[in-house]
This record gives sequence, structure tokens and C-alpha cells, in this order.
Amino acid sequence: MTITEKILARHAGRERVAPGDNIWVDVDILMTHDVCGPPTIDIFKREFGEHAVPWDKEKLVIIPDHYIFTKNHHANRNVEILREFAAEHDLPYYYDPGTPNYKGVCHMALAEEGFNRPGSLLVGTDSHSCTSGAFGMFSTGVGNTDAALILGTGKMWVKVPETMKFVFEGTLPPYLMAKDLILQVIGDIGTDGGTYRALEFDGQAVFDLPVHERMTLTNMAIEAGGKNGIIPPDEKTFEYVRARTDAPFEAVYGDDDARFHTFKTYNVEEMEPLVAKPHSPDNKATVSEVVGTRLDRAYVGSCTGGKLEDFVAAARILKGQEVRVDTYIVPATTHIGNELHTTRVDGETLYDIFERAGCKLGQASCAACLGGPTDTFGRTHGTEVVISTTNRNFPGRMGSKNASVYLASPFTVAASAVAGVITDPREVLV
Amino acid sequence: MQDIIKGKAYVLGDAIDTDQIIPAEHLVYSLSDPEEKKFYGRFALSGVPTDQQGLPYGGKPFTEEEAFESEYAIIVGGSNFGCGSSREHAPFALQQAGCKAVVAESYARIFYRNAVDGGFVVPFESIERLVERVRTGDDLEIDTSVGKLTNHTTGEEYLLKPLGDVADILEAGNVFEYARRAGLMPT
Ligand code: SF4
Repeated sequence: MTITEKILARHAGRERVAPGDNIWVDVDILMTHDVCGPPTIDIFKREFGEHAVPWDKEKLVIIPDHYIFTKNHHANRNVEILREFAAEHDLPYYYDPGTPNYKGVCHMALAEEGFNRPGSLLVGTDSHSCTSGAFGMFSTGVGNTDAALILGTGKMWVKVPETMKFVFEGTLPPYLMAKDLILQVIGDIGTDGGTYRALEFDGQAVFDLPVHERMTLTNMAIEAGGKNGIIPPDEKTFEYVRARTDAPFEAVYGDDDARFHTFKTYNVEEMEPLVAKPHSPDNKATVSEVVGTRLDRAYVGSCTGGKLEDFVAAARILKGQEVRVDTYIVPATTHIGNELHTTRVDGETLYDIFERAGCKLGQASCAACLGGPTDTFGRTHGTEVVISTTNRNFPGRMGSKNASVYLASPFTVAASAVAGVITDPREVLV
Repeated sequence: MQDIIKGKAYVLGDAIDTDQIIPAEHLVYSLSDPEEKKFYGRFALSGVPTDQQGLPYGGKPFTEEEAFESEYAIIVGGSNFGCGSSREHAPFALQQAGCKAVVAESYARIFYRNAVDGGFVVPFESIERLVERVRTGDDLEIDTSVGKLTNHTTGEEYLLKPLGDVADILEAGNVFEYARRAGLMPT
């Protein structure tokens, strides 16, 4: 069995499962947020009763993150619904906006708070819940109805996916990041190339990456339609997890005779910085093919591109420079927001580097990654051409359906912000 | 699930993602409040670029401005319908607008699952690509028992793929009924 099959088998109480099997699994962690939490609670109450109690408070994590810094009355009302639900059930893991407990983007917060544990099974009401798979666990996104069923029973049906394995060999060149690797995969297999399947990432270049960067690979498994993304855990994973939780976990690895739908090997030393052109994450081009494309905006943020590693990368290029286009900096979480003040590149804090470069700094949340209410920080309203470290560029994703979004690594985004046109980071990285 | 689903066709292209089905700015409305949930019908498919709205013509909004329901009950799409986010608001919005079924070449997994588990719209897969064969406004009829789509406007008939594993959930009505039948929830 593959690592995915093994984890699913364990959570179904079975010896073995095979791709195509329909099974009920026990969920270790259910995560929801302010967009999908309120309708999930509605359905939960409708099906289980007005005063029904969640199946296990210790396993429910509620992280408001999408529409936080907005005047939109309905959006604020939705956070209020979560707050009331958390109070009603005295939930231990609710991270309330406006308090020191507020975290920001759920997928990063799950990691920071120690909810990602090797061998476990996590489900979130967000398609990028596949991010947690970077910790050697099964994680996937579901809708409100499935989440409500989990909330009442702790169970979910799953069709065991086939696995596509992507092995990255070699040493990552200094101008490439995890984002380049995953854009390559998505460009190669297409936005439906992984539909119903597990995407497993392996190889020296993957294990050389810090844990957060690995999350960029699994985060975008959904951009290829994947059910889950997964990376076998190693010492770095264990160290990260142990520093954040005392909860026990058991690492799971695939068997030597595991079967794969696809097995593809890349040599990262031969790869190039990439972009996904408008309007699809699989619309791959090398940066050199689109060099000189005029831009109106640059954006560094989101669960996939708003991690400390992303800001360090951007700062290395922005240090001592001035941006030519509006450049938005949005840390994924409040923790990362604080790190901008304490982490330095050549003696200067990231925060100061960004401010001196003329960037606009926002507060931790999803912000313009998914457009959001009209007053959302960084949201597009017209025909802007944007280069962004986020994960999706379908029409309207960042607000206006007339805007055009290029996806790229923080190196490429920062280099392009300075030049005002799409720029190859190899030209500016020293 | 009804045996016969009838209605006018609304034709779309490939990779209609959930931001096109229901743009993120509208996700703030309640899905249970009777007044608020109507807005999902109004804004259903409002994120589709204008020239792609209602093929082959373009410029035909799914729901007319100011209306809450669409005149189209059957959506015909290409590949990877419903890709993108996990928002269940997407199949819900189609249902609110009065859509009964989608016939697409293929689906993104979460959209498909949400459509089935919530019992919002029936997601059929066509065997051949229909986007160029059906026009927006054509009179369609789906016979769900035999898996056949008839286009009364052109007289053509097309076979649909069997619903497979999810037929039991669709038959039960939604995933809760299905879970009750599996003994996972009290009846
Ligand atoms: S940052 Fe973007 S992709 Fe990540 S959870 Fe928020 S909206 Fe989704």
C-alpha cells in the first residue's frame, strides 16, 4: 500500500484498502473557517438537533481567516456565528478575531498550533486542506454537508484514491522555490490531471526543503484536482511537530511494493523559474517566456505564498530597492506577521525592508487571495495585471473578473515588483 | 432524484471554477435564511466572463439582473466543471437559481461530492462532449433511469455515464439519509 492507502486503512479499521474502495473513516481533526463554518453549523443543527453537541470538542478546530478586516455586515455576522457556537460548546480551539488568540490563514495556523501530525487524518471545509499532507498525513477538503456529518459523527466516506508519485531529484538551485516545482507539475498534468487521486511528493529536493516550503507543494495538489497531497515524514517533520504539540502520533510510510498510477521523476537542477499565466494554474510558462510583461500590481501572501520563507525570499530581492508597482505584503498568520519584525536579512528586519521599498503591508488573513468583500486589502477592481505568490488565478479569483493574474514564486514576484514588468529572478539574485 | 428532469439548456465551456459559479464576495450570505439565500440564485454563475455566458452566443447571463431564479434548469458544461474551492455554496447557488442537473464531460472532485452529498443538483457525466452540440435555450430532457439526454430542439439523443457509486446517496436524497441507512446516525 501507499502511504495514503495505509493511513486510510488505519482510519477505517481495516488491514488493507485498495484504490476504488468506498470506506467510512474516522476523522482526527475537523477544521472550518468563517466562510464555510456558519453553513456547516446550520446543517449540523438541522440534522442533529438545535442543541446537538459536536462529536469531539478536542478534534474540532475553528479558524476564522477569510473575511476578517472588512466592514461587510454579513461577513462580520458570520464570525459572530462562530463565536457563539464556540461559546455554546466551550470549544478549546477557536481562534477569535480581534483577540490575541486570532491566528490568520487556517492551513498555516493548523501547522503552527500542532494540529498537523504524521499518520493522522484531517478534513477541512476548504479545498486547500490538502496542505497538511506535507506532514505525512491524509488531509482533504470537503463541503459544508460532509463537514456537518463529521461534526455529528466523526465519520466521512472516502473513495480510496490512486496515487501519482512525483520525485524531485537533485539539489535545488538558489533561484528556485517550491512554487516553481509545483507549477511544473500542475502545468504538466493539468488542472484535472490529478482528479480523484493522491499526489505524493518525494525525492532529495523535497526533503531538503524546510517543512513550510513542503506545504507549498501539498497546498497546490488541489490545483491539479487532487484529493490529497502527501509527503512522507522525516526528522524535520518530527522536530517541527514535537516543538508544537505533546499529542502522540505514529508515522506511516508506504510499502516497497506500493502501486502508483503515475511515477514521474524531475531533476530540479534542470528546472527553471515558472509562472502560471492567466487564467489557470496549469497555464505554465517559463519566466523567460513572459519576461517584460507589463504589471500593475504584485502580491505576496496566502497560505501557499505568505509564509516566513516567502517573505525572506522577497526581502532578499527588495532590500535597498523600490517597487515600481503597488506591492502588497500579507502574512498568512499573526505569528508570521510578528516574525517580519524579528527576522532580518543583512541586518535589516523584513518589515523595514518592505516598508522602505514602498510596499503596502496588510494584516494576517486570506485578504485578496480570493477577492472577498469589496473593501478587502489588495483586491482587484478593474483590469489590473497582477503577479502573485497565491495559488489560483481563475477569472475573478482576486476580485475583478477582468483582472489578469500570474502566479509565481516570491523570488519572481519580488523581482518583477522592482522592475514593474515580469522579471527573471536570476537577473537580480546575487 | 426525479426520473425525468426537463428544462432549458445553459451551455458553458471548460474548467468552470467555483469562483465563476459563485464569486467569493457573495459567500457572505446565509444559506439557511430564506431572504438571504435567494441571493445565491441571483449571483449564480455571475463570475463567468461575459463572452462565455450561455454558449455559443455569449452575453446571456444565467440569472437576469435583479432576478433570483434562472430560466435554465440544465447546465451543459465541458471538462473539470466546478474546479477550485470547496465551497458548497457553488452547487447550492445553482440549486437556488432553479437548476436541477448539470451534464458535464468531467467534474472536479469536491464540487461533485458536494452536489451529491447535499442533494443540490444531479451531476451527470456525458460520454461525448456536448458543449458544441447543445445551444443555450435548447429544450432538454434527462431520463435518469436509463441515463439518456434528449435535445428536443435538435432531436438528438445522447447517453450519459451511469452514476456509479454515488447512486446510492442520490437515491437516499443526501449523505445524512445515506449515513442513517449505514447505521452511522440515529434514524
Ligand atoms: S489564503 Fe487563499 S487559498 Fe489559502 S485558505 Fe485563504 S483564500 Fe484559500
